[in-house]
Amino acid sequence: MFITQALAAEEANAGGAFPPFDPATFASQILWLVITFGVFYMIMSRVIIPRLAGILEVRHDRISRDLDETERLKNEADAAHAAYEHELAEAKKNAHSIALEATEKSKAEAATAREKVEAELAEKMAEAEARIASIKAKAMAEVGTIANDTTSEIVKELIGGKLTKAEITKAVSASVK
Amino acid sequence: MANDPISQFKLKELIPLEVGGMDISFTNSSLFMVVTVLTTSAFFIWAISGRGLVPGRAQSLAEMTYEFVAGMLRDSAGSEGMKFFPLVFSLFLFILVANMFGMFPYFFTVTSHIIITVMLAMLVFMTVILYGLYKHGLGFLKIFIPSGVPGFILPLVVLIEIISFFSRPLSHSVRLFANMLAGHITLKVFAGFISSMSAAGAVGIAGAILPLLMVVGLTGLEFLVAFLQAYVFTLLTCMYLNDALHPGGH
Repeated sequence: MFITQALAAEEANAGGAFPPFDPATFASQILWLVITFGVFYMIMSRVIIPRLAGILEVRHDRISRDLDETERLKNEADAAHAAYEHELAEAKKNAHSIALEATEKSKAEAATAREKVEAELAEKMAEAEARIASIKAKAMAEVGTIANDTTSEIVKELIGGKLTKAEITKAVSASVK
Repeated sequence: MANDPISQFKLKELIPLEVGGMDISFTNSSLFMVVTVLTTSAFFIWAISGRGLVPGRAQSLAEMTYEFVAGMLRDSAGSEGMKFFPLVFSLFLFILVANMFGMFPYFFTVTSHIIITVMLAMLVFMTVILYGLYKHGLGFLKIFIPSGVPGFILPLVVLIEIISFFSRPLSHSVRLFANMLAGHITLKVFAGFISSMSAAGAVGIAGAILPLLMVVGLTGLEFLVAFLQAYVFTLLTCMYLNDALHPGGH
């Protein structure tokens, strides 16, 4: 119902062909389409597309350059890491040998010092032994003289007589034996 | 504006012009062509003026459109097809923006007139024929001879191929024109129901909710159609250009 109303209204007010099929309007539409689309094509192909393509290309180049740079830096870092590992291994080896050397050296030194001290001690001991022996000998020699003197005194007191030195010595020697 | 579904397609002379008995007036259609071209160009020039390495929103949109159309053309016609990129890009944007402007109430839809879509389709058709003949000479006629067809039905197949080739501009143009025309008429008819029914008292106003919902739904659909028809027109253009580039390729 509404459609027929609308169509009736259309026929009443237009009094002509269905607008999209009205040939009277074609020339104007074609002309203005050619002008506007032509201008549009020019703007697009001369200005906008080259600029857009340029932007995209610059970005593409930049990204691939950055990726190359990343690759390069990564290789550099890897090389540095390898060098570091190498140095570290070398340093460890050096440290080990230094420690070994130091141990050997200190062992040798300690051995020398001990030998020296032992020698000194042995010398001192020998000296002391010799001294003891001489003192002992001296003392033993004196024992006989003291015994003789004491005997002569005791005899003198007991018997009031006098004994010759030779008799006393003979008696002492006999008792000591 | 008259309350009927057809008057929205009427051309109105804004600046009457006549040359040699030909009416070449600047009409509402011309106005919207100019508006389409100006807004699209202005948007793109503004969007890419920053030339940012990291794009902003507008530049992203411009780049996405570029990549979208370039991808479509490259997929259909190969990398040699890129020499037609300015044509395809211009066609896509012109049709898309003209369709979208048509979605504004009281705005004129440039693509709802068959002469416009025929002209655009003929532009593509003539480009295909002229470039095909220029590039391949008579070898271009291979597009009518599909490979791998047995000899005894070949004449029939060639006839069908010729008919289908020459009906291309018709289907190419009518598809866009008819979609835009029918969509806008449907919208207007349902919108007309709202005003007619609500004039019939309280019951009519309550009932007018139905066509109102319909119009809301159809408006969304029409936005989809506006984009889809621009896309389809461009995609077909790419496929036709592929024939000009590779005549024996199908």
